[in-house]
Amino acid sequence: MTALLPRRGLAQILALIVILAVDRVVSPQFFDLRLQDGRLFGSLIDVLNRGTPVALLSLGMVLVIATRGIDLSVGAVMAISGAIAASLADSHGLAVVLAAALGAGLLCGLWNGFLVSVLGMQPIVATLILMVAGRGIAQLITEGRIVTFTSPDLVWLGNGAVLGLPVPVAIALGMLILTGAVVRGSALGLLIEATGGNARASELAGVGTRAMILAVYVWCGVCAALAGVIAAADIMGADANNAGLWLELDAILAVVIGGTSLFGGRFSLILAVLGALIIQTMNTGILLSGYPPEFNLLVKAVVVLAVLLLQSPKLPGLAGIAARLRRAKA
Amino acid sequence: MENSLDPVPSLLEVRGISKSFGAVRALQEVDFTLRAGEIHALLGENGAGKSTLIKVITGVFPRDAGIVRLGGAEVAPRSAKAALQAGIATVYQEVNLLPNLSVAQNLFLDRQPMRFGIVREAEMRRRAKTLLAGFGLDIDVAAPLGSYSVAVQHVTAIARAVDLSARVLILDEPTASLDRHEVEILFNIMRQLAGRGIGIVFVSHFLDQVYEISDRITVLRNGRLVGERETASLPRLELIRMMLGRELAETTSARAATREHQAREVCASFENYGKAGYVAPFDLELRHGEVVGLAGLLGSGRTETARLVFGAERADRGQARVEGASVRLHTPRDGVRHGFGYCPEERKTDGIVADLTVRENIVLALQAKRGLHRPLSRREQDEIARRYVKMLDIRPADPERPVGLLSGGNQQKVLLARWLATSPRLLVLDEPTRGIDVGAHAEIIRLIRDLCDDGLALLVISSELDEIVTYSDRVVVLRDRAHVDELTGEAIDVTNILAAIAADGAAAVAHEGRA
Repeated sequence: MTALLPRRGLAQILALIVILAVDRVVSPQFFDLRLQDGRLFGSLIDVLNRGTPVALLSLGMVLVIATRGIDLSVGAVMAISGAIAASLADSHGLAVVLAAALGAGLLCGLWNGFLVSVLGMQPIVATLILMVAGRGIAQLITEGRIVTFTSPDLVWLGNGAVLGLPVPVAIALGMLILTGAVVRGSALGLLIEATGGNARASELAGVGTRAMILAVYVWCGVCAALAGVIAAADIMGADANNAGLWLELDAILAVVIGGTSLFGGRFSLILAVLGALIIQTMNTGILLSGYPPEFNLLVKAVVVLAVLLLQSPKLPGLAGIAARLRRAKA
Repeated sequence: MENSLDPVPSLLEVRGISKSFGAVRALQEVDFTLRAGEIHALLGENGAGKSTLIKVITGVFPRDAGIVRLGGAEVAPRSAKAALQAGIATVYQEVNLLPNLSVAQNLFLDRQPMRFGIVREAEMRRRAKTLLAGFGLDIDVAAPLGSYSVAVQHVTAIARAVDLSARVLILDEPTASLDRHEVEILFNIMRQLAGRGIGIVFVSHFLDQVYEISDRITVLRNGRLVGERETASLPRLELIRMMLGRELAETTSARAATREHQAREVCASFENYGKAGYVAPFDLELRHGEVVGLAGLLGSGRTETARLVFGAERADRGQARVEGASVRLHTPRDGVRHGFGYCPEERKTDGIVADLTVRENIVLALQAKRGLHRPLSRREQDEIARRYVKMLDIRPADPERPVGLLSGGNQQKVLLARWLATSPRLLVLDEPTRGIDVGAHAEIIRLIRDLCDDGLALLVISSELDEIVTYSDRVVVLRDRAHVDELTGEAIDVTNILAAIAADGAAAVAHEGRA
């Protein structure tokens, strides 16, 4: 399990601490927690709760990116699964609703994986297809309306609590542990990193690279579908136009902040989720600070730049230049 | 080399060029002389330094040492474009033109005839037509270049280069994708250009063509100049020896002499095995405790044979057997499952996973063979890595170092370790000693012998003939993508291998003569 906690997480942890400290400054009650009706409340819990969809997306995305791929369709898959869940919620039990929604995500992942691994399409193009078409499919399912539901089971999924934690947070935690156990507990992690690092060499070493690539897209689809169900449960309805909109970009960002290269190879599940939390901590902080939300995007860009600079292997070189400049002045 | 009193003034003079990439010395004090109006073949096996030399001359790579003189004046182009302006043009095998533009646009790219800022299309087409007519080509110059054959594209590229007032024309494997008739057209154009005083450098591995077209030959091997000869007075056998052999010393098989010829058990056999357009069907038996060497020139089908045997390429005919039982070898996974291992020639692109550690690279094939659900624990991985780092003396002896940071020789050992960890019955090694320093070179050869003594079957490809002679029990000779000869026991020596490789050329020339 040491592989789950890599040595290289320092930049991300530092960034999170700095952002948390800034949040504390702009909102003095930021770290306050209180227990009410068996559920914890407070800004920190809010960060975790709001960050859940992107954290779930990044769990799938990080594996896809590790194989040197990318999945642009996760936002659209969220819309599809949300639409299915909302449409079925009041007429079927939770098990059926979940099975249908997650099954749809699995099919979406299979489609992406088929295009990439069997037909050999470029991932960015292959998943663009579903990114565009998926939202259309979701709109067909909801017939262009915002579908609302009242099923208490599904509402609980978005708003209930387990052991004091909001259910979405518990689910995300569970998925992180499950994914970690599957990926690092089996040989999958090594074989994914080998495939992403050098697919030709891995294939010649007997690695089933096609199956590996298919599997990560499927898992990415399932994670996205789960995020879609949670997002729908949260607002007790499905809006095919806006559910998961642009979240694929946040998920990619989370993975990149988490230190996984878009060129594939080494990946870290925990740091990808940490990346998602960094993004959400910023979002929440800006909301609390009372600055207009327009600042959100700018601040996000600056923080991303800072984290990436900290990770850059060329940074010592930059530091060297700075030191030389100082010496020259002195 | 010879005739330092050169009666013909030289057009392009290259003196003492050296070039290193990191620790690898790609060129060491290479000289090259091109006369005006001659066709000069530049020959050598893979990794000999031909491409590097061309790229240094044309400024694509900066050189470490040496000078280049063109028409007596020193030139030092910093880019291919600067070289072109100086009068040195290069046409690569993959034509560097724009297939979506018209032939005329390609010819006048960057220098279209203009009037008031508008390209004069008609004028450009007329001039393109005239230009190509000079090369015996009468085609619609308004059609996209991509709609024409590779031969036409080559001629277009040459026409463009010559029209840009090139004095030196470098053709890098121009005939590789041309048919016989197209080669004739190209050769006529080359002769015509040479007649106009242009010096032509012709890089090719088709020796028949070299003998047909070239006036002189320069041979490189391992980044060094081997010699410069007049084509007419250089026997084919001698040329091949220059390209392959280290020296004329007759190395005989140490193994054949010392080991008794015992009947060994067949490990894997291939009957009438082949793939259309890849390698002609061959029969091959690989036995336990035996090294079979594959010898032949570049492009003779050595690597292709290795890939078919391992399963990296799918055969379309023939039967493969492992320990007597028929098997299917369609993918590398099939090969691995049957206990085969393959160290490819291109270590960086096909072998190592540079970002992963030595440990991860070593256990990769074993883990792939065991399957997902039976992961090697970290302890097992550490133990395997430690064992092979020690056994093969991999340096630095740190299993957690990314393998990309190791030297070529150590990377090769990591690849060997990867396969040894799977306890294979057959190992296929493609140029296991290429690009490796002398020390590691000897170690790898010693290792090949040790493995063989342990009962492994080995199929080894090498361009170093004396190396093949040293460790092989049998040598299969390839030529033109077919297995043409098999040498065993006493018959294994450099002379016989060279004779087998060269035999065809003479036959082919005779055949051409009759036709």
